[in-house]
Amino acid sequence: MEDEIKLNQFQQKIDDGIKIEPKDWMPEKYRQTLIRQISQHAHSEIIGMQPEGNWLTRAPSLRSKKILMAKIQDEAGHGLYLYCAAETLGVKREQFLQWLHEGKAKYSSVFNYPTLTWADMGAVGWLVDGAAIVNQVSLQGTSYGPYARAMVKICMEESFHQRQGFEIMVQLANGTDEQKEMAQDAINRWWWPSIMMFGPHDSESAHSNQSLKWKIKRESNDELRQRFIDKTIEQGHHLGLTFPDPNLKFNYETNHYDYSPIDWDEFWNVVKGNGAGNRQRLNHHIKAHDDGKWVREAAIAYSKKVNLKQKSA
Amino acid sequence: MSDEDQGVLWEVFIQVKAGRPYKHVGSLHAYDKEMAMKAARDLYTRRNEGNGIWIVKAEDIISSDVNDGEAFFDPSNDKIYRHPTFYKIPEGVKHI
Repeated sequence: MEDEIKLNQFQQKIDDGIKIEPKDWMPEKYRQTLIRQISQHAHSEIIGMQPEGNWLTRAPSLRSKKILMAKIQDEAGHGLYLYCAAETLGVKREQFLQWLHEGKAKYSSVFNYPTLTWADMGAVGWLVDGAAIVNQVSLQGTSYGPYARAMVKICMEESFHQRQGFEIMVQLANGTDEQKEMAQDAINRWWWPSIMMFGPHDSESAHSNQSLKWKIKRESNDELRQRFIDKTIEQGHHLGLTFPDPNLKFNYETNHYDYSPIDWDEFWNVVKGNGAGNRQRLNHHIKAHDDGKWVREAAIAYSKKVNLKQKSA
Repeated sequence: MSDEDQGVLWEVFIQVKAGRPYKHVGSLHAYDKEMAMKAARDLYTRRNEGNGIWIVKAEDIISSDVNDGEAFFDPSNDKIYRHPTFYKIPEGVKHI
């Protein structure tokens, strides 16, 4: 009974647009949903550094190398903002990493695809970051305070990512025939994965309704996906390149672009970890973590020594 | 790997420009003060967001109980005479 009163008060707060803060009462399911969603988001930022890191040493100029480095640093920062937000829900950083390494926590399956050419750095920035931005702009209004504040910071930084990706596409689209072909090939491979980033259709999404009611999510998967498609198609026209979907056309009745059915078998295959890159990404993360063990041990030993000195002084 | 080897939690405050107040921007993990300061710079001021940084260990922050806020702030509720709008000033009196 008490719980029901609390639950109603909680819903009232959400309906009134008041943010929920770490020490506020919250339903256990709200907490669990956020732990899952924010940590998954954090893991995605961190794992997302890998396909880009792949191109650091081979970026075609010093300028592009510096830009790519800055972008990867941002992804690391975004991961850390999000881990901190997730930790306010009572789970330790060590635990999040353990769940990731054990395969119990997911990250966005889009990062399991390989980045084969330099054009992929363009397509990832333009399409993958573009899709992420649509989602994250919406999440700035999420009901959990620490998550919303992390999103505001992330969105401010993220728009450079998409623009630098689009710039790469423009350069290639205006280049030689081979470069144009490379850009087209990258769009062909990244278009569907970026559309799938928004997750299953609303009718199939297990967590959607409650999440919308609690304003953890502010808009549904399909609404966000449609917004991304509408604005991205227009941008693609400027490149003079095509999208790998013959049914993509503007519908004057809905004022949106229609698109072909999505191949969800492939999506679930990649989500469940059968993607070519899944094992490689995780193994790399585990190795990096294990290789850094001596650094953490040294840092702990040093901090103990410093504390001891201060006490005896 | 479940041992607690991720350092301790620090809260970060940034002053955007000289003369402005320091505002909370977020938190980070670090093992000591020096490392906390370097991490705060790299994490929260990558685009010249800061003129100054304050850092404090999260465990050293004393906070009021949010669930008991109403009772805690109650002493100031009935003192409306602390506000300028409480006072009636005759018409025509200016600059007060």
